[in-house]
Amino acid sequence: MPGDVYQAPTVSEIESILVKEFPSLQVTRTEARRVYATADRDSIFELCTFIHDNLNFEHCSSLSGVDRESTFQVVYHLSNYENGVMIEITSDVPSDDPRIASVASIWGGANWHEREAYELFGIVFEGHPKLERLLTPSNYEFYPFRKSYKLRGQE
Amino acid sequence: MMPEPEIKLDSMNTDRMTVIMGPQHPFSHGLWTLKVEVDGEIVTDAEPIIGYLHRGWEKECENRTYPKIIPMADRLCYSASMTWSHIYCMTVEKALDVDIPDKAKYLRIVADEICRIQSHLMWLAAVGTDLGNLTVFLWAMREREFFLDLNVRLCGARMTTNYPRIGGVRNDTTEYFDRDCMRCVERFEKRLWDIIALVDDSSVFVSRMQGISRLTREQVANLGVTGPAMRGCGVDFDIRRDDPYDGYDEMDFEVPVLKEGDTYARYMVRIEEMFQSCEIIRQAMKKIQDMPRSAPYRLKVPSAVPEGTHFARLEDPRGESLMYLISDGTDKPYRLKVRSPIFVNVSAAKPMVQGCRIADVPAVMAMVDMCLGETDR
Repeated sequence: MPGDVYQAPTVSEIESILVKEFPSLQVTRTEARRVYATADRDSIFELCTFIHDNLNFEHCSSLSGVDRESTFQVVYHLSNYENGVMIEITSDVPSDDPRIASVASIWGGANWHEREAYELFGIVFEGHPKLERLLTPSNYEFYPFRKSYKLRGQE
Repeated sequence: MMPEPEIKLDSMNTDRMTVIMGPQHPFSHGLWTLKVEVDGEIVTDAEPIIGYLHRGWEKECENRTYPKIIPMADRLCYSASMTWSHIYCMTVEKALDVDIPDKAKYLRIVADEICRIQSHLMWLAAVGTDLGNLTVFLWAMREREFFLDLNVRLCGARMTTNYPRIGGVRNDTTEYFDRDCMRCVERFEKRLWDIIALVDDSSVFVSRMQGISRLTREQVANLGVTGPAMRGCGVDFDIRRDDPYDGYDEMDFEVPVLKEGDTYARYMVRIEEMFQSCEIIRQAMKKIQDMPRSAPYRLKVPSAVPEGTHFARLEDPRGESLMYLISDGTDKPYRLKVRSPIFVNVSAAKPMVQGCRIADVPAVMAMVDMCLGETDR
């Protein structure tokens, strides 16, 4: 991956570098030590590799699945250990084809988060080393955190 | 100390065997299983199995109004209830864009650090029983009781405290709380040296921790291990100092970091953190005492949260906890995601125990400080 390597990039540096390197990425808002962005799902793996290798974001804090009813979303929270800056990346995943590239090979810490998003939302992470159910029983047939899965008293 | 004999896996001619440790096992401290593959005495592979306590916490929250989630957040982990309800309130405050009164910030700091000390003492007690030293268990539990009494004085409950509120805290300090808090902290700082002497003079303890389960800085950073386990491996990062929230930027304290990366370093980091927590309590109490008694400690906030996505993170006794909130303009969250530190720390069990002897597995996993309520959610 080309580009300069930063140890502790500032918020404004991150914003300008990401917009330059990834035209499909949009920075929605920034505040002190926080960058919020949306990205295309096809570029997620390249984007995460770039953030890990060139911007020195060693830690994947969290990875959440979200059911927006018209579409699914995967939200990444990445953090830098040098200056405490965090990047939030939201990526839309169409609900009729819920697939996205796995980042477990970049951050080992994302492994179980992806398994959790898979079993609770049915989002498939392509390239994941072991995409199996983790919290629910292995013979479970539902994706219980989808909005279409109603709780008792709700239906 | 004797040097560790070098062990070559391939040179031994033994059968591989799978040992299921848990869910009912003295080392597991909750319902979870560690599937360990051993070659003779040496662990070659390990896989944690969790989910026995999964109760759909995040989905349950989508069905409740915002204030009703505070007592639920307490129950994510019984020994870190204060930090869990704190992070929840902090996330909602961010979504509401309110700045809480200064007194509430300092009260939260005092409550968080009391919670940190009692949580670390609970861990120390568990380590004591795991490694066969019951005196450590009794002494740590005895000291912990004083901090639980402080909790009672502050908010009326020992463990599930239900103290932070969206926009501040539930109540101001009760009468003589500052006096009792200072006495308790001063007494504890002396007593902690007794416990350290008990552990460090015990060859049983030290030889079962030193040089075992070494992890490098790069490994822990990549595996997402956070908290004392990470700082014992040389990652110099503490959210309280490097990404401060709720008044921690005004506190002056040190972050203990050790480069050794073995089990003993993770133990030492937690012990040192207890001293630092005492120091933080002292500073925060001083700030509260300097304020007038009538200073506000709580803001009135609207019940509906404007549409948007927000997250906040905080240094839990066990690591980094993060909550991600999606609000849709109603009085109930659309989605609330919880990032539990133990959920990620325990996923690193394989690199932690690989190459250790099977008898060392309880010592290594004790340093994760398991809490299943927040892991399974």
